[in-house]
Amino acid sequence: MTSIATLLHAARRRAITVTAFLLAAVIAVALITVMTGKYPLSVPEFFGVIAGQGNALDQYIVFGVRLPRLLLGVLAGASLGLAGALFQSLLLNPLASPDLLGISGGAATAAIIATLILGWAGPLVTLAAFGGAFLIAALIIAASRSGTGSGHRLILTGVGFAFLTSAVIGFIIKRAQINEAQSALFWTIGSVANSSWTSVTLVGVTLIVALPAVIYASRVLPIIQMGPASAVSLGVHDARARRILVVTAVLLASGAVAVVGPISFVALCAPAVARRAIGYGTAALTASACAGALMLTASDLAAQNLFGGAVPTGVITGAIGAPYLLWLLGSSTKGHSL
Amino acid sequence: MTTVPPPVEPGRSAPAPTLSATGLTVAYDALTVIDSLDVTIPPGQVTAIVGANACGKSTLLKALSRLHQPVRGTVHLDGQDITSIARKRLAQVLAVLPQQPTAPDGVTVADLVSRGRHPHRSLFGRWSPADEAAVTQALALTDTTELAHRPLSELSGGQRQRVWIAMVLAQDPHVMLLDEPTTFLDLHHQIEVLDLLAHLNTTRGTTIVMVLHELNLAARYADHLIVMAGGRIIAQGDPQTTLTSSIVKQAFTLDALVIKDPVTGTPLVVPERPSHGTTRHRDTTPHTPETASQPGATQKELP
Repeated sequence: MTSIATLLHAARRRAITVTAFLLAAVIAVALITVMTGKYPLSVPEFFGVIAGQGNALDQYIVFGVRLPRLLLGVLAGASLGLAGALFQSLLLNPLASPDLLGISGGAATAAIIATLILGWAGPLVTLAAFGGAFLIAALIIAASRSGTGSGHRLILTGVGFAFLTSAVIGFIIKRAQINEAQSALFWTIGSVANSSWTSVTLVGVTLIVALPAVIYASRVLPIIQMGPASAVSLGVHDARARRILVVTAVLLASGAVAVVGPISFVALCAPAVARRAIGYGTAALTASACAGALMLTASDLAAQNLFGGAVPTGVITGAIGAPYLLWLLGSSTKGHSL
Repeated sequence: MTTVPPPVEPGRSAPAPTLSATGLTVAYDALTVIDSLDVTIPPGQVTAIVGANACGKSTLLKALSRLHQPVRGTVHLDGQDITSIARKRLAQVLAVLPQQPTAPDGVTVADLVSRGRHPHRSLFGRWSPADEAAVTQALALTDTTELAHRPLSELSGGQRQRVWIAMVLAQDPHVMLLDEPTTFLDLHHQIEVLDLLAHLNTTRGTTIVMVLHELNLAARYADHLIVMAGGRIIAQGDPQTTLTSSIVKQAFTLDALVIKDPVTGTPLVVPERPSHGTTRHRDTTPHTPETASQPGATQKELP
């Protein structure tokens, strides 16, 4: 007979293998991203620049343009992947993700109001996005009268709010001046093109702030998934734990959306990919973060190189994500939606 | 106890703590379900709570296990208010199996049962020999060792219920509360689950408190029977003396004969034919249980 420890260990080893594979893929995409483009760098040239050599232009291309854009993709992708994994595991529903729940829409709406109507910029926009996301999250929970954060009711309420926020965004764009509307379009699709070290820092700080709660989540999610009664029986303060996890997920989602806009499908698909690879029944938080980072950076690599780099990242994630999701739903065995 | 216990496992020797409640008032919003109820659960015994639908028996179980906060009154564990006990410490002593626990799709039996160790593990604690021993024993006791690597969703209802009981056992509690542990199971699996609980009680001295719909099975397996009606306890004690025709009438508004179970000698409730409602088609054979007219209480025991 195999011991329980062996069975549990095998499951964990699989998670580690999958995570390592995803990380390797992220690194591969990262290297391609920083070395290719309109101004290609060879491997020795690139590492020379990293080591502080190379001319000013090389330095600028790597440190001023490509690295921040890459890191923004990694951090925002990881944040979105984590947010999706938290929502989906918490609500035991593979459709629960910040974009479908309207939370990304809330962040984008607040950000567009802040930039277009109030004329704010920088961290203020991030703060506005946080506010918008939390406002929508609070409204969803209040309207679905599901304080414990469970059930289809909450998801349907969220879908309603998602439509509402996109209507508001559409209205604001329609009323905006032509030159503003172009930049406002960013808030309907999302992109990592407008990257800077400031934006990298903003997303990074959110991720670091959320990290302790994510570690807590990895331990408490398997218990919460068994329902409030079992969670209480196992000594978990169920309602409080759910509140912490919802706040964490909203924080991560809005931190990313505030900077890169409402990039679609990453939060929805990355956890599905991770769970499918690791085995169902786990929250797969770390792997979801890596899958999110991979999806966003790979999409951005495509966005930079296809169609003359004129396509926002969010278009590519949608173009890849939607068919992938359909395939995933179609090919998954019955009952293994999560 | 009527079943012959299989060979004894190395169980716990410390006496089980006493669970009791005083002045318990429990309400759902404005609706008061239980009003100033006092109860003491005999330690180390099997207690069954029975009563008609909506009599408050599940609510009592929820209040006893801190799943539902009472409006007034306190629940004590060995005299200590359970709300003053740290959640994890309480979980090491007292475990609940809710009526419909949920599990993420595809979770394996080993994974699920090992989650029962949560109250014994620290945030960064490693899987300890004690965890391993507890889970291995829980699987063995519930006869689910062979299923350890399989996903829960592939199992039958009876197997699944045994796995959930294994999860609660891995928690290694002194007191186990179960809300209708035999619902959705056929008679064979009902007996199997109840035999398992009786076995745990005799070998480990675990206090078992269960809400049951099956009056006759409750009478068969319980050392202590609590009969509830309208949010109050109307009778409690040894099933032999507690389960009488008049109590059944009072609790279920049902005329019934109480005879001796020919197998165990415990009380056996046999519903009478309805005395009113003459338009109904009736079987003319005397003493045939009229399952169609009863409020669900005695239906499921018929094979």
